[in-house]
Order: sequence, then C-alpha cells, then structure tokens
Amino acid sequence: MSVKRETSLRLNKKLTALPKTKTGINGLDEITLGGLPSGRPTLICGGPGCGKTLFSLEFIVRGAEDFNEPGVFVAFEEKADEILMNVASLGFDLERLQNEKKIRMDYIHIDKTEIEETGEYDLEGLFIRLGYAIDSIGAKRVVLDTIENLFAGLSNEGIIRAELRRLFRWLKDKGVTAIITGEKGKESLTRQGLEEYVSDCVILLDHRVINQISTRRLRIVKYRGSLHGTNEYPFLIDDEGISVLPVTSLKLDKPVSSDTISSGIGALDEMFPMGGFYKGSSILVSGTAGTGKTSIAASFVNQACLKKDKCLFFAFEESPAQIIRNMRSIGMDLQKHVDKGLLQFYASRPTMFGLEMHLVAIHKAIQKFKPKVVVLDPITNLITVGSFSDVKAMLVRLIDFLQNEQITVMFTALTLNTVVSEQTDDGVSSLVDAWLYIKDIELNGERNRGLYIMKSRGMHHSNQVREFLITSKGLELVDVYLGPEGILTGSAREAQMLQEETGQVLHTYAVSRKDRELLRKRKVLEAKIESLKSEFESAEEELNKIYTEEEIKRSVMEENRQKITEIRKAGGKFLSGKQLNGKSKIKK
Amino acid sequence: MEQKYELRLYVAGKTQKSVTALSNLKKYCEEHLSGQYSIEVVDLLLQPQLAEGDQILAIPTLVKKVPEPVRKIIGDLSNKEKVLVGLDIRPRS
Repeated sequence: MSVKRETSLRLNKKLTALPKTKTGINGLDEITLGGLPSGRPTLICGGPGCGKTLFSLEFIVRGAEDFNEPGVFVAFEEKADEILMNVASLGFDLERLQNEKKIRMDYIHIDKTEIEETGEYDLEGLFIRLGYAIDSIGAKRVVLDTIENLFAGLSNEGIIRAELRRLFRWLKDKGVTAIITGEKGKESLTRQGLEEYVSDCVILLDHRVINQISTRRLRIVKYRGSLHGTNEYPFLIDDEGISVLPVTSLKLDKPVSSDTISSGIGALDEMFPMGGFYKGSSILVSGTAGTGKTSIAASFVNQACLKKDKCLFFAFEESPAQIIRNMRSIGMDLQKHVDKGLLQFYASRPTMFGLEMHLVAIHKAIQKFKPKVVVLDPITNLITVGSFSDVKAMLVRLIDFLQNEQITVMFTALTLNTVVSEQTDDGVSSLVDAWLYIKDIELNGERNRGLYIMKSRGMHHSNQVREFLITSKGLELVDVYLGPEGILTGSAREAQMLQEETGQVLHTYAVSRKDRELLRKRKVLEAKIESLKSEFESAEEELNKIYTEEEIKRSVMEENRQKITEIRKAGGKFLSGKQLNGKSKIKK
Repeated sequence: MEQKYELRLYVAGKTQKSVTALSNLKKYCEEHLSGQYSIEVVDLLLQPQLAEGDQILAIPTLVKKVPEPVRKIIGDLSNKEKVLVGLDIRPRS
C-alpha cells in the first residue's frame, strides 16, 4: 500500500479497492468506510477498561450472527467462562454460538510460577492451537485478546518478538481478519510496541472522565490503503453492545422538503411567507429566562399532535407532569395527546449521564417512537455535563440524524448575559435552519416580550419585532405599536391605543357636526330655490298677460280696420246690418 | 520407594530443538531418575487438539504431571541445573 495506490483509488474507482470486512458494530463501518481490512490484522489499543475486549468480542459475535463468518476468540486475560458471563449482560449468547460451531473460545493461560525456561524454544504450540481452532470451525475472524500477556508470562523477549512477527504474517497467510488488542503504553500506543508488527489498521480507544462524567472515544490512528474518518468519535457501551457515533456524517446530502409545518401560533406562521417552518428543518428558540420558550415549543407540539403527527418531547428541566400542568394554564391540553399515544415525553436530568449517553438515548427513543416532530427543552442545560464544543458536536450529530429522518426539531436555548451562553447561541445558530429570538423589552417599569425571527434559511421572513403575549387562551403575537417615541409594548401600547380611540370618538363627533351643518345649508338653499321659482312663475304669468292683451288688441284693431274697408268698398251700395254687427272670432 | 515421575514432552515435528530437548531429557532422567520415570512424547502436528489441555504455547515444552505440583519447562532443556530444579529433583535455591 503506498501513496500511489491511494491516489489511483481516488482517480479511478474501477480499480479494486482494499477488500473490507464489515464489523457489524453500529457506526464503525461508517467511519472506516466499510469495515476492517479483510485478511489482515487490526490493532485495537487503549487503557484499562476502555472496552477493547468487548469491542473485539462484538466483532466476533456480529460476524457469526450477521455475516455468517465464524470466529475464534483467544483470551489471554480472562477465562472463557468469565467472558461468557461478562457479555451475557450485553445480550451476546456465546454459549449457543459455540454450540452451533460459529464461535470458538480459547483461553490461553501462562503462569510464570510454574514455568521454567531453559534454552531455545519457539511458540509453535500457539500456532498449532490457533490453526486447529481456526480450521475446526472454518473461522474467518480471529481475536487475540490481549496478546501482550505473553510478555508477562515468558521472559525471553527476543523470542516473543520474533514469534509475534511470524504470527502476524501467518495470520495474513491464513487469510483471516484479525483483531489484536493491546494495553496502552506510556509513550507508545501499546506497552510492547505491537503497532510495529500490526501496521495495516490501528484503532485507539479512550476513556476519559471530564467533570466526573465519563466519555468513551475512538479514533482510527491509521488505516493503510483506505480513506477513513480521522476524528475522535464518541462511542457507547449499553445493553445492545457498542455504538459508535460519527461526529458528522461524511457527506452533506440529506433529502430536503419544501412542505411546511405550522408553529401552532397563527401570527407566527404569517411571519413566514410559506406559512410555517420547513418540514425536517431545525428551529432554535432562544431567549432569556421566563420568555415563554417552553410554551412556544409546547404549542408547536400541540399543533403537530392535532394534525395527528407523532411528537417526542425531551425535557431536561421539567418533569412531564409539570409541563402538562403548566401548559394547561395557557389553554393547551397535552395530556390528551399523551393518552392518544401521539405525544411522548422523555425527561431526564442532564447530569444523569454524559452527553454521548444522552445522544444515544435520544437516538434510540427516536428510532423506537418514530416521531415527526422532536423538541429538546432546553439544550443549554446540557452544558452542565459537557463543554460548549461537546454540546455543539452532539447537536451537529443529532441534527444530522434528524434531517436524514426528515424529522422537524425545535430546540430551546436559554440565554444569559454571560459570554458562554452567547457563544452557545452563536455556535448552535449556525446549525439550525430557523432561529426565533424572544427578547425582553423593558419600558415604563414593566417587562414585555418581543419576538423576532433572527434567521430562516430558504425563505423570506418578516423583519418585524412582534409583541409576544401569553394568555390563558394560548400564545398570541400582536403588532408592536410604533408611537411617537418609538416601539410601545404592554400597557404603554394599551395606553396609546386608548388615546387613539379617544381621538377617534372626538373625530367622529366632529364629522357628524359638519354633516348636520351641511344638511342645514342645503335646506336653506333649497328654500331659496323654491322662492325664486315662484317669483319666476309670477313674472312669467305677468308677461303672458301682457302678451295676450296685446294680441286681443291687435285682432280687434284688425277687425275694425277690415270693417272700415268693407264699409268703404260698399260705399253707397248697402250696409248690411249683419256686417255691421258681425262679430268676428277673436283669436286668443 | 521413590515416587514415579510421569513426564510429557510436547514437540512439533522433528525439529532441531525437539530432538535436542528429548535427548537432554533422557540423559538427565537416566542420571537422576533411573527406573522411576516414564516419558510420553506428544507431537502436536499430529495431535493438535492436545495443545489446549496442558496450555501449551511454546515448543518444546516438558510437563511434569506427577508428582504434584504440575510444572512446565520450556526450551531445549540445555541448562541441566534449571531442568533439575524445575523437576523438583534439586531444591530451589
């Protein structure tokens, strides 16, 4: 294996990569990108009690059970029946596997007091035993736990070293995937410098106690011919064996959804153009003490439960009963969701165990319950059990996991006016997709809550500070009043509203008075118009009268003129009485 | 009447060390335990399953089964004094 080979691996994937054997240990295969190197020995080293034996034993058991690869476990430290008992608590039924010829346990014991050494010897006996054990069940996996004990039992170090070198070569020739465990030395990885012989893959286990809380960690020191995660990964031993938790998954290729999920507060949803948070996103609600973070979280959960989505509520501060009681006071009945099996609480004191345990407990609870919505209230309490960077690393892993499962998560975080917690906000905020910040607004001797959206990835959002009210009917957001002196909240806002209301009444009054005046004016005007009209009528009649008289006068005169003409024409002829007295029609 | 010695020598094939060990053992026994011993040679190449019983790692290994306590001497038995002490023929100094 050389650098050249590694480069060519990257350049052309069709080249045969190093064959790997899956360990079956939760998470380890992910870090090693497929497992331990097949047919080669791997060294697992670490201090006492770091889980070396268990690690290697799980490798054998998983191989036998899950991958149909029988395994030989050679114990140099504990007796086989002691091991049987020790691992029974982890659910490994070694006895059954032994009876099924899937596992062979071998116990090699060297008692220095009953051994004399004289002259030349070799360890052919060990080879024969191992070879016999491997061949008897067709083993593909071998564990030598802890082979360094040979150095304690035999005094001729030169022979042991030469024989170990031969042993590892022999294991390679046999084609078995082997794990050799070694106790951590003061300056080297192992006391006897085993890493000198096993150079393909070295894994270092570590067990640290910080602030009285222990954390187990694992690191791949080297892995020839393969890429691997190089970080320190926390791991856990619980009743189901070992789980290694990758700090971050190696890729950022999670599925995303553009569906939204309601926050349970109508006005808050309106602050987002899509009408809520994205499904599968992570939301941080932060604020100082008593600003209603838990209430927001509860309202979010309540809403999801009403939509028949399953929710899991991790409470690190209050007991479930306390939360249910408190939320009832603001008009939310969480108990009915619990009864229906839609809501589950998981409450634990942060100090109960280390962060990794918490993380695994959270993982397990989520995998078991399969919720759509998860709430962690509050994450800042976790800092009591881990440093800030530990908590952040844990949250990264948690968010990673939740996003893969398309679970929407809401964290609440308490901010104090100390540097540490400001960091928390900053640290976590880069991980979350949406961040609501609740702030105390202190004005006129009273405290009110203002809520705003610090960030919301992938959607526009309102930039307004809204006043956040907790009422007996639930949570409400009201627009913050902008008075002449700036933002008004609480009673100042009420006062401003009252004042404006008074103004409104006065205004209304003034308007109606003007209306009446207008009406009156119109009436006056209308009366005037009426009198002018009658005046005009009488004038018109007068004019008409004159006109008629003129007409009559004219027609009479015409008649008379004709009459005279007639008379003149007749001359002396005659004067008809008729004509004289005839009355012509008078035109009117 | 002295106790009878039951000795078992584990070897793996006829290697130089095994041959040396067996000839050394025979020599010491003749000198010190004449007539009171029996030697059983176990070749682990032929009977590998026997290695587990006596916890054999090194080759060659001489196991003194009787008299008690059980003792093991590994190596080609070239150091006569050590072998005699190991077999409890000589007292430990």
